[in-house]
Amino acid sequence: MKVMNMVNSINQALDMKLTEDEDIVIYGEDSGYEGGVFRVTEGLQAKFGENRVFDSPLAESAIAGTALGMAVAGLRPVIEMQFSGFAYPAFNQIISHISRFRNRTRGRFPVPMVIRMPYGGGINALEHHSESMEAIWGHIPGLQVVIPSTPHDAKGLLISAIESNDPVIFMEPKRIYRAIKQEVSEEKFTIPLGKANIISEGDDITIIAYGAMIREVQKAAVMAKKNNINAELIDLRSIYPIDRETIANSVKKTGRMLFVNEGPSSFGIGAEIISIVNEEAFLSLEAPPTRLSGFDTVIPLPMGEHFYQNDPMQIYYEIEKLVNF
Amino acid sequence: MDFSKYDPLEDTMYQVMDENGIIINSDHDNKLSDEKAKQSYEKMLFARQADLKAVSFQRQGRMYTYPPNLGQEAIAVAAGMVIRNEDWLVPAFRELGAYLAKGMSLKEFFLYFRGHEDSLIFENANNMLPFSVPIASQLLHAVGIGYAINYRNEKNKAVFTFVGDGGTSEGDFHEALNFAAVWKVPVVFIVQNNQFAISVPFKKQTASINIAVKSAAYGITGIKVDGNDIFAMYDAVQSSADYARKGNGPVLIEALTFRSGAHTTSDDPSKYRTQKEEEEWEKKDPILRMRKYLENKNLWDKKEEEKLLDQYNLEIDRQFEEAEKYPAGSLNDVFQYQYEKLPDELKRQKAAYEKFLNWKEGRK
Repeated sequence: MKVMNMVNSINQALDMKLTEDEDIVIYGEDSGYEGGVFRVTEGLQAKFGENRVFDSPLAESAIAGTALGMAVAGLRPVIEMQFSGFAYPAFNQIISHISRFRNRTRGRFPVPMVIRMPYGGGINALEHHSESMEAIWGHIPGLQVVIPSTPHDAKGLLISAIESNDPVIFMEPKRIYRAIKQEVSEEKFTIPLGKANIISEGDDITIIAYGAMIREVQKAAVMAKKNNINAELIDLRSIYPIDRETIANSVKKTGRMLFVNEGPSSFGIGAEIISIVNEEAFLSLEAPPTRLSGFDTVIPLPMGEHFYQNDPMQIYYEIEKLVNF
Repeated sequence: MDFSKYDPLEDTMYQVMDENGIIINSDHDNKLSDEKAKQSYEKMLFARQADLKAVSFQRQGRMYTYPPNLGQEAIAVAAGMVIRNEDWLVPAFRELGAYLAKGMSLKEFFLYFRGHEDSLIFENANNMLPFSVPIASQLLHAVGIGYAINYRNEKNKAVFTFVGDGGTSEGDFHEALNFAAVWKVPVVFIVQNNQFAISVPFKKQTASINIAVKSAAYGITGIKVDGNDIFAMYDAVQSSADYARKGNGPVLIEALTFRSGAHTTSDDPSKYRTQKEEEEWEKKDPILRMRKYLENKNLWDKKEEEKLLDQYNLEIDRQFEEAEKYPAGSLNDVFQYQYEKLPDELKRQKAAYEKFLNWKEGRK
């Protein structure tokens, strides 16, 4: 065990897989020599060489499209979009090819690749650097969408993502890249994709979140506990495939559900989860399943960002409303 | 061949045979022997016959929308004569001659346009990607495959990819050529400049004097070729393949041609081009030209061709009938290829639909 932040643990996962599997190549903008703008791939080029870890020209569609070519030719590329807000030029490659190739070739050409991208607000960034648009990726058949919330989870989930024979969008909550440190095993371990994690059990309300919002939800749960409300916290870990069973079982027990995320509210992950709750736990409900997301606006620049980002007090406010419904 | 003799900046076009089937440029490397010349003609003839029949099957309501190859056969057939089994082919969707050379069956081709995904397995074609409908997006796949070839240090292997003139306006065309040049990948880019992107003429697509000239900006080799001249096309593609296989990097070939047919069977070209234009290009037809050449050399015989066409028709019909007999996909097929292992959510959606089917059955 070693104390690591998420940057360290992702770096270690990549290092391990590069060591283990010669078919893995890593590239993106600044991903090679510099180790990426967040230093997630730091040191990997020096260790594994410029053929395996490298800087590509600056063009997201090409980074994604060439990775598909590599994948069908037998490599396992792990590519980086510098920020999720810059991934949209690659959207056509992802939705038109990467997500569809296995299906349209009836399994002849699977696409084992991982697209890493830092997402989310809270770091006083420039425009286009703070969005949380995971719902867009979750809507595309053929993709898996994974979001870790801790250094430990990031390592285990990323190893699983790289070992998956289907494409994975791996979204990294940059707000907690370095903010959370914990002991992480230096051995290889995996965490299954598509399975949620029950962080703490409780009987009064189910709170579902992921990524950087887990820390905020945990703080709100402490406030709730002081007021005798026992919350069950679920870290979704995977947006798709979504863990319907864990969500359903929890809400059947608690009768209340609050979903918290950072993205725009309408047509988001919250709508999906509320739909699942309605289908699976309708007769157990004590209060309307609720989502607490961002607004349907552009995320404000740093001086106004606090209005948009959910803090523990606002999460607690929603918890209390649901418990007193 | 010496690419430098045909400088795209001067808008010189590489041509070996003129419109009357006369060899006007004997200074070329990869010559077609009489036997190979005849073979190339027969391959074009077969591709054309299959293509004409495809249009007719569509008109009979036995196939869905189809993009005809008419008039462009020399380009794909020439490429097909160069592409080896271990090479990769990354298609657009108007290169029938190349697909057949790679091992795709006509049955699979027809099945695709009858609306069945099983067609894209390309059972006997090694290293051939499926058709790409989103324009120019496939060029990046070719570059990625090229990277994998270099990464594994695989010698003597190349990637061949196709795009149209309209596709050169796409961002992916730029990104692909740029990445290919920086990574020095063994990719031969073949632009079929058939002068129309559906209804939009070439002059509205670019202000460049030609497409080959764009290679200069990427620091790669480029050449403009008469795409209706199979001798020139064969030499250009073979020379480009040799160049790429030796590790010199990518080549951009502009093959000037004319789409004599419609964009697809849903399109009516009379709305956007003149009959005069069509007649002018009819004279440059690649098959007509090659026939004149063969006639001049006493290698062509009318009766022999009629016999050949009869054989071709039988073969094409047989393969079409096989495609028609191919069973429609099951509900299982809709689901089973989306992921390696069917996620629970998809199992649930499938089960819900099956439940409905049972309910419907029960009401009969």
